[in-house]
Amino acid sequence: MIAAILVMVGLAVAIGLVLGWSAIRFKVEGNPLAEKIDAILPQTQCGQCGFPGCRPYAEAIARGEAEINQCPPGGEEGVKKLAELLGVEPKPLDETHGTPKPKSVAFIDEQLCIGCTLCIQACPVDAIVGAAKQMHTIVAAECTGCELCVAPCPVDCISMVPIAEDLPHWKWKYPVIELKRVA
Amino acid sequence: MSRKLFKFKGGVHLPEHKAESNARPIHAAPLPGKLVIPLRQHIGNPAKPVVEVGERVLKGQMIGAADGYISAAVHASSSGIVTAIGPAAVPHISGLPDLCITLSTDGRDEWIAHAPLDYQAMAAADLRMKLRDMGIAGLGGAVFPSAVKLDPGAAHSCPTLIINGAECEPWITCDDMLMRNRAGEILQGVAVMRHLLGSTEILVGIEDNKPEALASMRAAAAALDFTVEVVAVPTIYPAGGAKQLIETLTGKQVPSGKLSTDIGIQVFNVGTAYALACAVHHGEPLISRLVTVTGHVLRPQNVEVLIGTPMRTLIALAGERGGSTGVLMGGPMMGMPMPDLEVPVVKATNCILVKSNALFPPLPKALPCIRCTRCADVCPAALQPQELFRFAKAGDFGRAQEYHLFDCIECGCCSYVCPSHIPLVDFYRYAKSEIWAREKDKRAADLARERHEFREFRLAREKKEKAEKLAAKAQVKRAELAAAPASEGAAVPSEADAKKALIAAALARAQAKKAEAAPKNTDHLPPGTQREIEEIEARRAKIRELARQPLESEEKKP
Repeated sequence: MIAAILVMVGLAVAIGLVLGWSAIRFKVEGNPLAEKIDAILPQTQCGQCGFPGCRPYAEAIARGEAEINQCPPGGEEGVKKLAELLGVEPKPLDETHGTPKPKSVAFIDEQLCIGCTLCIQACPVDAIVGAAKQMHTIVAAECTGCELCVAPCPVDCISMVPIAEDLPHWKWKYPVIELKRVA
Repeated sequence: MSRKLFKFKGGVHLPEHKAESNARPIHAAPLPGKLVIPLRQHIGNPAKPVVEVGERVLKGQMIGAADGYISAAVHASSSGIVTAIGPAAVPHISGLPDLCITLSTDGRDEWIAHAPLDYQAMAAADLRMKLRDMGIAGLGGAVFPSAVKLDPGAAHSCPTLIINGAECEPWITCDDMLMRNRAGEILQGVAVMRHLLGSTEILVGIEDNKPEALASMRAAAAALDFTVEVVAVPTIYPAGGAKQLIETLTGKQVPSGKLSTDIGIQVFNVGTAYALACAVHHGEPLISRLVTVTGHVLRPQNVEVLIGTPMRTLIALAGERGGSTGVLMGGPMMGMPMPDLEVPVVKATNCILVKSNALFPPLPKALPCIRCTRCADVCPAALQPQELFRFAKAGDFGRAQEYHLFDCIECGCCSYVCPSHIPLVDFYRYAKSEIWAREKDKRAADLARERHEFREFRLAREKKEKAEKLAAKAQVKRAELAAAPASEGAAVPSEADAKKALIAAALARAQAKKAEAAPKNTDHLPPGTQREIEEIEARRAKIRELARQPLESEEKKP
């Protein structure tokens, strides 16, 4: 009887020690779910979801504090992917957060720019080059099209230009095939 | 021949239609008045223009320089004046314009100074750079810059060199005609390839439906000082696919996702070998090629064409007929419909195939897939086309990739045999380009994430640095104040006293600043100016007084 109790206590202590040690040794830094959600989000950093960037939105979704349909740049496809990851039903995009737009990049009319740096401060990905009282310009390859620079401009010299389709960006379209009508 | 041949999986026997165009001798196309030379004629980075509008260029002069390692130069095909550098129609299915250099030819066809290369004396890397600058790219259809393929890389040699003269696609005969008429030059090019790759085994694969080409190549090979084995391979489409030809000749399969060089084999088209010989032995860059003009034309034939010649000129040369239903660049299996006939011939143009309803009756309407797996039987890449179709149609690109979508060579055998007439290859192309676009988006998103995170880090760092700087300043001030009374022999001040002293000092500073800021141009004025000021002040007072009283006119109104 005593021996049995001792064995059980001994086992409990041993297993407890192993578990305690591994909890410290293999501690997961950060929330891996937020990480996965962040990988799906388009990283536009536009804040249309109501959070200051994609990462905070991902964390809010992971905590269950935000809906999955608040990201217009991600579109319906993004909602679908999030739903698949989280094992929930996909829902239509929440229109109060905006509607999907064709991909565009910001363009600064350099004739009008007064060099106020307000857009530089607004750009979430540092894609605007310029300095105080110097002309600013957009690094088109790094612009995410978030439109955050448009509102702060005091002279309205920033416009969003949709990305035109050119040869390197051309895609094969979904084949439209005429199906034979079978009565 | 004694060589043991192997059979690749699948393939189809197609009506050949070679006799239409290989009966006439090679014609030289006339010099057109205008040449449109696209800067993106090869895989990799497009060439960068190195001429100006209005400049006179000579035949063979470089007008676009190679940009990066995987790139090739482009050259003026004839002498003339550069009239435009800008977007123009190019032979692409989308019909989208691309950057081109337009030349107005002067008819003199004046060559730039050029000399043969002593390739055996040159360093291999220099020779490859030279070939890149001479615009040599694969003429079999993929237009991969040859200089890159001629680099054996870390292996230092590529034991087997295969020259592809199979030309398996129906209607096309340009390689056939080249081998019949210019076998010697082709093998001169092969010698250069052998020199660069250090190959010990050289095989030329030619389909057995081209006996004249086989005989001509064998005769030329017999005169060489190294062994070139000219092998007749069975005629079955797509025997001329690089991976299929490798399997037929050597029995080796190129593993999925790998290159033929990984198993020590490199494949070049006969046209590329010929272009290489012209470059090395005559110093001529790639400015012309053989093009088969066939199909619904009066005189189907092979034409030696300058790059940049509009396709319409060639169709007119071969005799245009009424009732054409479109033009393909390439053969009937893999060719691309051309959006318009003003597009120029490029390095990739092996054939211009004019369609008509009699030759190419429109496909019957498609029926749903019945999963008969005939497509799987003929697929030379040993894929499951019916599954790929299902995934591509449903947009399930991940599964399509799991089913090795990227091993598909788009040969069109599956679409050809499909009893439901489903354009299967179009679905695979769509799926491939969607996957590429997604990968591109993913890369852009990763870049944006990285930049955003760095910005957050930078802002936090700036804030911290500012706070630290302020704290350090305050510390210095406090120490100064603590030291000052101590030197005067007063009692050591308490913390509250120090704060009070700081506030007093700040107040004194603010007052001093205010006093400094008072207008200084009102002191010591000459009496005249003083008087003027007083008059102005009086006027202002009067106006203020008036403004307070309602106007007389307003009083009288009611």
